[in-house]
Amino acid sequence: MIVAVELGLIYAIMALGVYLTFRILNFPDLTVDGSFTTGAAVASIMIINGFSPVVSTIAAFGAGLVAGWITGILHTKGKINGLLAGILTMIALYSINLRIMGRANLPLLREETLITPLRDAGLLGTAMSVVVFSLFALAVKFVIDWFLHTDVGLAMQATGDNEEMIRSFGVSTDRMKILGLALSNGLVGLCGALIAQYQGFADIGMGIGLILAGLASVIIGQAIFGSRLIIIASLAVVLGSVLYRVVIQLALQAGLNPNDMKLISAVLVVTALVLPQWKFFKRIGGLANMRKSLTGAGAKG
Amino acid sequence: MLDITNVHKTFFAGTVNERVALKEINLSLTPGEFVTVIGSNGAGKSTVLNITSGKLRPDTGSVRIDGNDVTKLADHQRAKFIGRVFQDPMAGTSPDMTIEQNMSMAYERGKTRGLGPGVTKKKREFFQEELKSLELGLENRLKAKVGLLSGGQRQALSLLMATFSSPKILLLDEHTAALDPQRADLVSRLTAEVVERHQLTTLMVTHNMEQALRLGSRLIMMHEGRIILDIGQEQKRKTTVQDLLHEFEKIKGGALDDRTMLQ
Repeated sequence: MIVAVELGLIYAIMALGVYLTFRILNFPDLTVDGSFTTGAAVASIMIINGFSPVVSTIAAFGAGLVAGWITGILHTKGKINGLLAGILTMIALYSINLRIMGRANLPLLREETLITPLRDAGLLGTAMSVVVFSLFALAVKFVIDWFLHTDVGLAMQATGDNEEMIRSFGVSTDRMKILGLALSNGLVGLCGALIAQYQGFADIGMGIGLILAGLASVIIGQAIFGSRLIIIASLAVVLGSVLYRVVIQLALQAGLNPNDMKLISAVLVVTALVLPQWKFFKRIGGLANMRKSLTGAGAKG
Repeated sequence: MLDITNVHKTFFAGTVNERVALKEINLSLTPGEFVTVIGSNGAGKSTVLNITSGKLRPDTGSVRIDGNDVTKLADHQRAKFIGRVFQDPMAGTSPDMTIEQNMSMAYERGKTRGLGPGVTKKKREFFQEELKSLELGLENRLKAKVGLLSGGQRQALSLLMATFSSPKILLLDEHTAALDPQRADLVSRLTAEVVERHQLTTLMVTHNMEQALRLGSRLIMMHEGRIILDIGQEQKRKTTVQDLLHEFEKIKGGALDDRTMLQ
């Protein structure tokens, strides 16, 4: 179970990236499936070629930034529908990821990675590692909280909330979307690099369906823990990610086939999206948040 | 301050829906002038406003603000010169963000936004002072989300946000039309006050003739893409709604005659 919590905390970084696009920019970004693997591929190949794990992980963040930037350019300058722009980048990245890795799977087992110190000290799977991963996830959360309250961050929030209004105050909403997509995918790439190091390999298929895990973390987390303020909403995303991994773990322990996990994830997300629309659940107070997170802006009235 | 020269605008050019919105419009506003624009639907009032704000670009002609040629600039690039209030009370503010965050975004109009904190103590005090002038008690609700405010409150806030950073031009697009009469009165009173206080060069589109006569220092009437009446302060004071209606009838009749003649 501690492994599930650890994974949840690492994946929380990806979920925070998804939060930036899906909630803040109101843009469902599918680039994530590709940029996650890109991050893992870049970090792995660099570690194998003797770069320090820290430099490699930062490079993975940079690679994610570029991936998101491309989706942003396609959407704003190319005027391509947002979903399609994400899909195009994601598909193109599949080939690029193979080019980066050279083959479909890169083992990191004998390499020195960011996780090695924890593993060597026998701390993986203990309360200590949970603390370490929590601190890292929370650090990312606080950076996002801080960023969203700067002048640029406010403009980015408004871009997702009321585009015409923020343009009338001199903000290029195109630029905000590109920046948001780049940051979001940078975090996703960073997360990919960490997961590759954690599990000891990078794989070409490791990002498939990941957007669902991200969306599930955001939607479920905010439904349960609320989203009234940014600081609460981002914490809810981190907790949502942990919860999601724990639920998956429980499902596996109950004897479900690991191959069915994507189907189960999809059903979970659909349930979280549809249930709050039913009258019966509307009446249950605690689910009001879920309804709000479902209908988007919420207090638009 | 604002010079619109020989502006022509056609929508859907070359299609069956082709519609000429503006025909060789020339309009100049001196600094501090407050012009109200009236006219029937499709007269081109909103198009004039949108050409000025940059939401639309003219087919021919130029737009200059304070000597700067802005004809080719996008709306957000002109925003440093222009404050805008929209017809829809929901359009001028961001509902999911707080009052102080909304004001902070407006405060940074046209400036380069950096990574400094969006709302600072100093700004907050300034916002509180400004909000007091609205007399709506909003100065005590800085951290409330704007989506929780009523339409009238949101529109008053939009007006404040559009003006407190002293834009060169203030554009008001039927900004009281969606409000109930009481709120509309409040917002028009605030408009007169704020334009007076900041000496703003203002272009206001309205459907309400009484309002068009009461507010501002100059009135223009548009019809089918042309400016057909342009009266200054003196004459405006003597004009009544009846006179304007009469003027409207005359033009409409005239237009009808022309068309009948052609057939």
